[in-house]
Amino acid sequence: MLEITNINKTFHAGTVNEVFALQDVSLSLAQGDFLIIIGTNGSGKSTLLNAVAGSFIADSGKISLSGHDITKWPEHKRASLIGRVFQNPFSGTAPTMTIAENLSLAAKRGKPRGFGWALDKQLQNELRDRIRTLNMGLEDRLDNAIGSLSGGQRQALTLLMASWLKPDLLLLDEHTAALDPKSADQVIRLTKDIVERDRLTTLMVTHSMQQAVHLGNRIIMMHKGQVLHDFKGASRQGIRSEDLLHRFEEVRRREQVDVRVAELLQRMYV
Amino acid sequence: MSLFLGALTIGLILSLLALGVYMSFRVFKFPDITAEGSVTFGAAVSAVLLIKGIDPGVSLFAAFAAGAAAGAVTGILHTKCKINELLAGILVMTALYSVNLHVMGKSNIPLVDAKSTSTVAESIGARIFGQSTDLNWFGWDVSIRDAGMLLMMFAVVAAAAFILLVFFRTNIGTAIRATGDNPQMIRALGVDVDLMMILGLAISNGLIALAGALLAQYQGFADVQMGIGMMVWGLASVIIGEALVGSNKQGLVVTGTIMGSVLFRLLVAIALRWGLNPNDLKLITALFVFAALVGPTMARSFLKKGGNQTSGRAV
Repeated sequence: MLEITNINKTFHAGTVNEVFALQDVSLSLAQGDFLIIIGTNGSGKSTLLNAVAGSFIADSGKISLSGHDITKWPEHKRASLIGRVFQNPFSGTAPTMTIAENLSLAAKRGKPRGFGWALDKQLQNELRDRIRTLNMGLEDRLDNAIGSLSGGQRQALTLLMASWLKPDLLLLDEHTAALDPKSADQVIRLTKDIVERDRLTTLMVTHSMQQAVHLGNRIIMMHKGQVLHDFKGASRQGIRSEDLLHRFEEVRRREQVDVRVAELLQRMYV
Repeated sequence: MSLFLGALTIGLILSLLALGVYMSFRVFKFPDITAEGSVTFGAAVSAVLLIKGIDPGVSLFAAFAAGAAAGAVTGILHTKCKINELLAGILVMTALYSVNLHVMGKSNIPLVDAKSTSTVAESIGARIFGQSTDLNWFGWDVSIRDAGMLLMMFAVVAAAAFILLVFFRTNIGTAIRATGDNPQMIRALGVDVDLMMILGLAISNGLIALAGALLAQYQGFADVQMGIGMMVWGLASVIIGEALVGSNKQGLVVTGTIMGSVLFRLLVAIALRWGLNPNDLKLITALFVFAALVGPTMARSFLKKGGNQTSGRAV
């Protein structure tokens, strides 16, 4: 399904700001897998998602999705296979356009766009029905500009848009991080419903250990551009958020050891 | 009265320019100064064709195509060559100055003897209003030529606005609007935003060149200098239009832009009548746009005296 093979990405290569954002990352997902990606800040979680989405082209390695080698595909071409929800609720919708218009754009994801009406009668009825399932009362406000909605509502709509034409792969980039707890819960419940209903193959980045243990069938933990732990199958079963926090603590200690060893060596040899 | 009619007609012609500026400046938030070159480009291309005896309608299509090509070049410079928006426009505008001189062969082409849109308008006017040379409208004497031209421009602008509004509601039109609104989002939905921007700037400059061609045919000459200040002129019309309709609904804004262009031209005609030195016209226009851009922000921070002084960008 999704096959990531040894991808590397270095930002600002050759300068003092050089960052090894992804180092030889390999990952393989089967149809219907729901993978949660956790990790410290700057560990490369979002970078991995962006590499798959095509926000940049990886320095080396190969990415294939549904049998296509998409390594060199530009972002807009990959969008024919990928649905995406961003961390910032403002990123996923066009604010001055109406709810209906935004959804009509999503209904053509990755398809040729010609001179047909963006909002024909059939689509209008269909999107009213689908928006009703959100239970947010938005079905009566189809002609309102999306910019007038709350972050939670916008994120729910973005999720609806990303999954409108069942994508081969759904990318969720900390899509509840900018929301208040109640909206975040609502969006997470919606995410669960949609992913389970359509059995979507999903990559989700999150900071919430709660979400990590309650969603999905596999968890990877990233650190410094590498996959540090991979919990799947038996090791994923019965995992608790305390276990994950424990792993984070290990990482933190290891970092401290690094610094202390460096100091020790410095004292001895420099 | 002919002053009033003239202002109305020129206002309508320049509303095509305003619609073009609306497309680049409001839809894409792209300050596209290519406009100054494409006004003249459209006028030059159509004038040369008219001199050769080619049908006025064909000359207008050619003008649109010429402007669209210029806009596409600006779009390519910006999206593919990553040149700053303003600089891309300036490069194309500067290059067009030479191109226009080459097309025209001299700096001014008189169109008095050529069969142009005005002569067509005159014959249409004669057919509608009969063979008398003057009409009586509300007690005013109006020449057949002026009346015909006014009606014809009204029809042309109405058609252009209608087509534009329909276009904005098609799949490709909504994709173009979304490109201006949130490129990140529409890229994630599979749209090549570079292509949309190139296409949008082509349409914008096509409309602007069409305005140039009609203006040249109305005033009876094409001049290599006629584009100077046109972008700010279009901007003024857009801003007046937005103030007139006070809404950001597409249909209203497009109608407002046309009304803004006509109103602005009328105001200018009145000011000139009252003795405004024509040399000061561009200065006044620039000051007006400056005031319209900065006024609302300044008024807001003035009202919030002592409060948060982080005022937003003017545009």
